[in-house]
Amino acid sequence: MIRLPLVLMFSALLFSAGVYGVLARRNAVMVLMAIELMLNAVNVNLVAFSSSLHQMSGQVFALFIIAVAAAEVGIGLAIVILLFRTRESINVDEVNLLKW
Amino acid sequence: MIDLIGLTIAVPLVASGVNLLIGKRLGRRSGWIATAAMAVSFIVALGALLQMFSLPAEERTQVVTVAEWIRAGAAAVSLDLRVDPLSITMALVVTGVGSLIHLYAIGYMDHDERPGRFFGYMNLFCAFMLALVLANDFLLLYLGWEGVGLCSYLLIGFWSDRPDAARAAKKAFITTRIGDVLLMLGLFVMWVHFGSFDFDVVLGHEGSLPEIAAGTATAISLLLLGGAVGKSAQLPLHVWLPDAMAGPTPVSALIHAATMVTAGVYLVVRAHALFEISDVALAVVAVVGLAGALYGGFSSLGQYDMKRALAYSTMSQLGFMFLAAGLGFYPTAIALLVAHAFYKALLFLTSGNVMHGLHDEVDVRRLGGLRHDMPWTAALFGAGALALSGLPPFSGFFTKDVILDLASRDGATWAFVLGSLGAMVSAWYIARLYFTAFIGERRYEGSAHEASALMRTPLVVLAVGALFAGIGLELTPEGTLPMFLEPVLGHVVEGDAGPSTQVLMVLAVVVTLIGIGIAWRLYRPANQERWVSFPEREPGMAGVLAHGFYIDGLYAWIVANVGLRGAAALAWFDRTVVDGAVNGVGTLATRASGLAPIWQSGKVRRYALSFMAGGVALLLYAAVKI
Amino acid sequence: MIDAPRVELWAILPVLMLFGGGLIALLASGFARRAAQAPFALFTLAALAAAAASALWLWNRETTTALEGMVSIDRLAVVATLALCGIGAFGAYLGFHYFERDDFRRNEFYALLLFALGGMALLVAAADLIVVFLAVEVLSLALYVMTALTFRRGPTEAAMKYFLLGAFASAFLLYGVAMSYGASATTSVQGLARALTGVGGSQPLALVGALLLVVGLGFKVSLVPFHMWTPDVYQGAPSPVTAFMSAATKVAVFVAMVRVLDVAFGSLAWDLAPAIAVLSAGSMILGSVLAIAQRDVKRMLAYSSVAQAGFILSSFVSPEREGIAAALFYLISYSAAVVGAFGVVMLISGGIREQTGFERFRGLGRRQPVLAALLSVFLLSLAGIPPTAGFVAKVLVFGAATSAGYWPLVLIGALASVAGAFFYLRVIALMAMQEPRGVDIADPSPLPRLVLAVPAVTVVVLGIVPGVIVPLLQEAGVLTW
Repeated sequence: MIRLPLVLMFSALLFSAGVYGVLARRNAVMVLMAIELMLNAVNVNLVAFSSSLHQMSGQVFALFIIAVAAAEVGIGLAIVILLFRTRESINVDEVNLLKW
Repeated sequence: MIDLIGLTIAVPLVASGVNLLIGKRLGRRSGWIATAAMAVSFIVALGALLQMFSLPAEERTQVVTVAEWIRAGAAAVSLDLRVDPLSITMALVVTGVGSLIHLYAIGYMDHDERPGRFFGYMNLFCAFMLALVLANDFLLLYLGWEGVGLCSYLLIGFWSDRPDAARAAKKAFITTRIGDVLLMLGLFVMWVHFGSFDFDVVLGHEGSLPEIAAGTATAISLLLLGGAVGKSAQLPLHVWLPDAMAGPTPVSALIHAATMVTAGVYLVVRAHALFEISDVALAVVAVVGLAGALYGGFSSLGQYDMKRALAYSTMSQLGFMFLAAGLGFYPTAIALLVAHAFYKALLFLTSGNVMHGLHDEVDVRRLGGLRHDMPWTAALFGAGALALSGLPPFSGFFTKDVILDLASRDGATWAFVLGSLGAMVSAWYIARLYFTAFIGERRYEGSAHEASALMRTPLVVLAVGALFAGIGLELTPEGTLPMFLEPVLGHVVEGDAGPSTQVLMVLAVVVTLIGIGIAWRLYRPANQERWVSFPEREPGMAGVLAHGFYIDGLYAWIVANVGLRGAAALAWFDRTVVDGAVNGVGTLATRASGLAPIWQSGKVRRYALSFMAGGVALLLYAAVKI
Repeated sequence: MIDAPRVELWAILPVLMLFGGGLIALLASGFARRAAQAPFALFTLAALAAAAASALWLWNRETTTALEGMVSIDRLAVVATLALCGIGAFGAYLGFHYFERDDFRRNEFYALLLFALGGMALLVAAADLIVVFLAVEVLSLALYVMTALTFRRGPTEAAMKYFLLGAFASAFLLYGVAMSYGASATTSVQGLARALTGVGGSQPLALVGALLLVVGLGFKVSLVPFHMWTPDVYQGAPSPVTAFMSAATKVAVFVAMVRVLDVAFGSLAWDLAPAIAVLSAGSMILGSVLAIAQRDVKRMLAYSSVAQAGFILSSFVSPEREGIAAALFYLISYSAAVVGAFGVVMLISGGIREQTGFERFRGLGRRQPVLAALLSVFLLSLAGIPPTAGFVAKVLVFGAATSAGYWPLVLIGALASVAGAFFYLRVIALMAMQEPRGVDIADPSPLPRLVLAVPAVTVVVLGIVPGVIVPLLQEAGVLTW
């Protein structure tokens, strides 16, 4: 049995790594991956709480998140492809037609 | 009739809707509809007054709920009108003088292509003005306040094909807006302090004083005064009023002489309970008023345009009203307001007759001798001038000179001395207008035609009012009108400082006669050639002095200093304050857009960073709280 | 032993109508990609009507929650669903006109609109944080696609930004849900409320969870500093989509915030209120100031919607039901005005190559008096000038904030309204006082004008007689749990 605070810290680190990825990466696909990392950090959290509270609902919630994340990636990649088609690039820093 | 007081607002409002919507099809009939609406409104107000007389003095303040607006929990926001001696007096002035001006305007706007729109705006204005004076809370008052400002804007710019009219309309709108913002801030502070806009809460109920510290009262009062100064064209927000004369003359008479511009005086008088708690606000009112009275009077002397001269005169008269209010003589301020509504409306409308008869000529240098062609007009203008100048027994004497008398008896000698100077100038400028326009040789070409009977009738009524309101309504402190106003405004107690009232009255008459004498000395027909050729903008006073006319020199000095410098000051005001305010906002916007690229750069990672920063800030807050 | 859960499908009938309609529309658009759009639009309107009718049918239900406490069926949900259906109808019509005019067939637009509305209708009824998350995702995924629907550079860029930041925000929202779950061993709104008022919950963890939820939901309603996507997306997205999402998203998410903040974390109200006040003040100030600098009407309206979100949020510092009713009134008046404003902008901008710079609006009063008048009404309402609904709305939310003692917030709000009045009035002045330039590309068809007169009449009527709906909203503000 791993102690709860350790798991929470791990998931917080994972979440932070994801945030860092969103802020640091220029490639839209990599940003997408970083967001997935953040969602999975939440999943770890939920499963940990679920097992320490001896309740199933947290794990069910994690399953929901996995399903929604899949849908999100599907749409995200579609948008990235559309972006590539209109601009020949998926560098998010170059996408700044709309500003101010 | 008190319960039906809502009709005074509703009837002009409906008539306005009719005129604005189907005015084109109504043609000339729209003027009659508008006038009838005002007459109905007047009759309702008169009925309310009569009913009020049947009540004992302490029951004369009644709140009429016209409609319930929102019921939010226990607190209901409803449309309440307040019928008390003060509001009914104001309502009678608005509807009474308003009806007469509407009637006059039927004739005056005879040749205009859009009478429906004109009368629609006029009725709308009256509805807003009545909402302003009949409001039972500052919110409705503010609504009316903004509404009359809007109508004023629309009506000044009514002849939108004239560029000066459009410019004047814009100038009036912007300048009064500055005052309106101050008023709004004042209302905001009021709301924060009292949690209410209701007169009974804010101004105290049945003799009880509002619960407020002197400092807060000062803040609110001065902000309210800021609004009043804008609306009533007092220093330093007065610049719009002379230009506003570009509108049709009935508009000048109704809005810029008899009613809207007096809203500032009404506001101060209505809120006097707040002004009195503050230790400085009333003094500021008095000083602003006195400055306006002198400035307006002297400026009027330099004008050749009759309407502009009358506009400065209005400013001066409003200054006297503020002076009275600032010294605590509220009933007398209202008495002057009533008398002024009569004689200033009369003066404007008679100058309207001149314009109507002479193809819009208003320059006194090209008038002269009009009493031969327009005897009625000359007599009526003379009546208005007599009333304004303050000769007994006409209404100006019972109001303006009473203010000075009270000031002196109260020990405010400074106000008496400077005010008397203002009174002398008043007599001077109004006599000057009469002498230059109506007597002497004709300097205009062609023949002037006298106004039609339709236009003369309301003028005769106004003239009777202007001449005899002083005696009829007994505007002196112990007279009928002030005693009627006493439940709201309190009693004016005459002090016992300085010379006795009899001496002061004689002094007042002497001062007035001096003013008229100076005007006669300068502008009698024999001296005509001196000033008729006087160009509007003399390059410098050296050239004039070289001619050696001492009087002309004084005259030029006045023009150069008050007129031209005043004009320069106005131009400066326009350039720096008005334009500055507009440009300031523009600069702010440019600065903001200069900052935007750094933050709103269009780059999604920058956005995520901002997001992240917000999240971290909230988490830090949580950490502090935990 | 597992008890079979009771499946009370009637409780989510409006949501089912919308999702069912969406599925049918999606299938049909798959089979008939190039078919005429009119049947789709009519079908959408029918689905919306059905959803609205079933929502009305729920008005007098005694039950408070259904589906094992996952959704609540109170009057708040009913009122919000009705508002959403109304906004959806305008969105559908505007979209129909927009695509029809350029003969640009995008029949999946209707399916996406219904899905988004289904998510929103679920969100306003959500009584469990899991449902909140699911509903937010459903509505967002549909909106991301709708943003990109015309495949042009602007919309694509807008969709990319919206998507990346939206997903980012969802992660925060989820983290908040996880924290709340850890704090109270439950994700249901009622359970949280009970656990946090009792001794069972962990207050610090719950506070972190609540604030992260505010971050996630605050993103959706564009509160400063989570607002950065708003101008870009509102400007980039096709105008009917902007009209729809600017109004409907705010209604749905703010109602969800009512449940989350006032019920679930009601016992933390004292700790949350200062944070909410700061977010609200920031949004009001920044939205108004940045709007002044804009030269594009859509972008200006986007910044204005940031400010409006701040105004609405200011009523959340008051836990009383007056605050909820005020927020609802504000949402309704804002929705009517903003749908109308973007609708007019859509007609003026001339087709899917939208031209929405200020120069398009110069002298519009001469060329298009009806459109100029309509836009003026909407802008006056957004500026909060009487006699429009926006004025009453501001009075109500400021009243709620004052009664909670947050009058500095109200002062900031009043000043922001003054600054705001400037840029709204500037557009009106531009339309009324300047000479038109260039060619007139505004849409001449009369029907959209007639349709857009409906929200205009709404804001004026609500401004003059707000009493007709305020009691209703106050009933809706009574949350039983």
